[in-house]
Amino acid sequence: MLGMNKNDTTMLLLVAALTMLAPFILNPFPTDSGLAQFNAGYPDLMQRFVIFGIFAIGFNILFGLTGYLSFGHAAFLGVGSYSAVWMFKLLAMNVIPAILLSVVMAGVFALLIGYVSLRRSGIYFSILTLAFAQMSFNLAYSVLTPITNGETGLQLSLDDPRVLGVSQTADGSIPVTNLFGLEMRSTFEMVVGPWAFQFNAGYYLCALILLAVFYLSIRIFRSPFGLMLKAVKSNQQRMNYTGLNTRPYTLAAFVISGMYAGLAGGLLASMDPLAGAERMQWTASGEVVLMTILGGAGTLIGPVLGAGFIKYFENIFSKINESVLHSWFGALPDGLEDLLVTMVYPFVGKGWHMTLGILFVLVVVFLPGGLVEGGQRVTAWIRSKKAGGNKPTSTTEPAE
Amino acid sequence: MAGLGAQSAPGPFTQQPDLVDRYGTIIPRPPDTHKDKTTNPKVGAMDAILLQILNGLDKGSAYALIALGLTLIFGTLGVVNFAHGALFMIGAFCAVTLQRLLNLSFETVDETQTDFLGNALKVKTPYVEAWFGPQMGGAIIDWAVPLAILFAIPIMVFVGYAMERGLIKHFYKRPHADQILVTFGLAIVLQEVIKYFYGANPIQTPAPEALSGIVNLGAIVGMDIVYPVWRVVYFLFSLLVIGGIFSFLQFTTFGMVVRAGMADRETVGLLGINIDKRFTVMFGIAAAVAGLAGVMYTPINSPNYHMGMDFLVLSFVVVVVGGMGSLPGAVLAGFLLGILESFASMNEIKSIIPGIDQIIIYVVAIIILLTRPRGLMGRKGVMED
Repeated sequence: MLGMNKNDTTMLLLVAALTMLAPFILNPFPTDSGLAQFNAGYPDLMQRFVIFGIFAIGFNILFGLTGYLSFGHAAFLGVGSYSAVWMFKLLAMNVIPAILLSVVMAGVFALLIGYVSLRRSGIYFSILTLAFAQMSFNLAYSVLTPITNGETGLQLSLDDPRVLGVSQTADGSIPVTNLFGLEMRSTFEMVVGPWAFQFNAGYYLCALILLAVFYLSIRIFRSPFGLMLKAVKSNQQRMNYTGLNTRPYTLAAFVISGMYAGLAGGLLASMDPLAGAERMQWTASGEVVLMTILGGAGTLIGPVLGAGFIKYFENIFSKINESVLHSWFGALPDGLEDLLVTMVYPFVGKGWHMTLGILFVLVVVFLPGGLVEGGQRVTAWIRSKKAGGNKPTSTTEPAE
Repeated sequence: MAGLGAQSAPGPFTQQPDLVDRYGTIIPRPPDTHKDKTTNPKVGAMDAILLQILNGLDKGSAYALIALGLTLIFGTLGVVNFAHGALFMIGAFCAVTLQRLLNLSFETVDETQTDFLGNALKVKTPYVEAWFGPQMGGAIIDWAVPLAILFAIPIMVFVGYAMERGLIKHFYKRPHADQILVTFGLAIVLQEVIKYFYGANPIQTPAPEALSGIVNLGAIVGMDIVYPVWRVVYFLFSLLVIGGIFSFLQFTTFGMVVRAGMADRETVGLLGINIDKRFTVMFGIAAAVAGLAGVMYTPINSPNYHMGMDFLVLSFVVVVVGGMGSLPGAVLAGFLLGILESFASMNEIKSIIPGIDQIIIYVVAIIILLTRPRGLMGRKGVMED
């Protein structure tokens, strides 16, 4: 279907089902039950799942296919966000021109940075991208304040000179972002018994875009261009010796992946029209690396999984505080309860970053292929048990 | 640490003046504090330039020490260590810990003093003061930061050793990207551990009173350059550590073997020397260097849990500019970039190219990487692609 083989079609359909039904899937617990805090089906978080999914898919096109580890990808996300907010300020509150501009701007930036950085490979490439990203971050904080509004971050205000549209609505408030009149924040709530499912317009826009770019990334992975990038990853020297100039290919991958990041930034700003410099900091770049590695670099679905996983834990894990822990272990004897709470507490709530770090180290050490490889190992193990010791064959094939 | 105990007589300035902004940059003192207002502007410009060089030296010292450790690790083990900033931070928190330990106190009821309600006042006495007497004990508490050097060395060597044996040794054969990733993860974990125990706020750790004033360095040459004493101490200390490392590598048998191993690991191994063991020791030493840089940096900038990350990025840039694997290159580039950075933050230069102070280091790094990828002093053929 659509020029994909059977496996890829299944995967795309799976992702489509997951994203479209996310309000149900992420809301398995009734609203008034004690487990309701594990529900992730609220618009804000669901939007972030898919947006960072897009970001990670884009990063994976560069890192997963070519092996070039960029440590400055958040710069493109930031550029995207700023462009989108400026579009809202100057042109219209419609998200389409904003997203288009953010993709284009990020593409231009990626072209410039990539042209310089890709002259080197390996760790030098990482450090060059890191240097460029830190430069953008520092500039956004200091000299470029007229454009970026420095530490406060760029926001909409009541006197924005909007060409197509009004500066203020009739009741004197800032207009909201929309898609031809459909407000991004409008949410339809469906109450079924004790459950409340929320369907948000912004989320579905992001999800549709995610599906589109996921399809695009499948096509890139399976194209001759993708094959060329994989060849660069496995042995660039040999490619050069055959008389082939690899740089246009890697540059193209870099720009595409930068545009994905710009798209993610534009969507972030479309959902919530503000942009701050901290989106460009190198820890933000580290986060997308984490997502991709955790999910499985070089696999198609890995980055999406990784992004969802990290964003879920960031929001849900970090909400668990001491009293919640006490209520969980409340059934146990007092001494044991306190012991368990003190043992678990450093890893949840404010300390969830620690869990993330540990998990990350474990994944890099034991599962370099990320969650996808973990899943494959488990399925292979189950099959080998069923088949009575036959040699396991993996089902989905990582790109490497 | 002979350089530290120089003079303990209290200087004319006892409190730290508002000379340092929140980025740790020295702001030149306002003109009214100058004794001689009739100095001609030429001398003033000279002063400003010297002041910037001094400013650069102390920041450069920190860069140089961290970059030296990074290079030691890269040169010996071939590992790109993103957790090195975390080691710097742990060193700083060694100082915090020692200060807290020394301030552990017990309460006594002092009948001679009363509070405003007329109750007997509770007086806290640190154990140290009780053991050594108020004079000696007070001095020990006051000198907590320099004392922390002794406290930090064994801890840092142990941390480095444990890191290398526990985690990093499994990554020698894996690609650099994997090394970056695993050490990045480790850095997050170390940061969070520190944050869990010490909180997220910066913790004030003052320098000893005798060293916390300012000194007029220009007095000898007839110029007026006032400068915090501790920053001078920091610079001298870093020279001492750098000198120590270099002479250790140059003049001891152990150092000779390590240098041989850096040049050709396999051959040294074939000669029947257990080079891995020595490299592990070098990792410990590199960790100690980063830790010491952190210990001594605490009075300049109150330590918080992410201070390491802030320094790490810059230190990596420093290593690359100096040349991967070149120890003198790391030191040279550290001081050079520190000085460049402080010159770029001069108002005269900022008015020509706004924002240059924020990006100068990165710009230099980009230029160096593109024109001379092996760095200022890197050997030909080492990591050049």
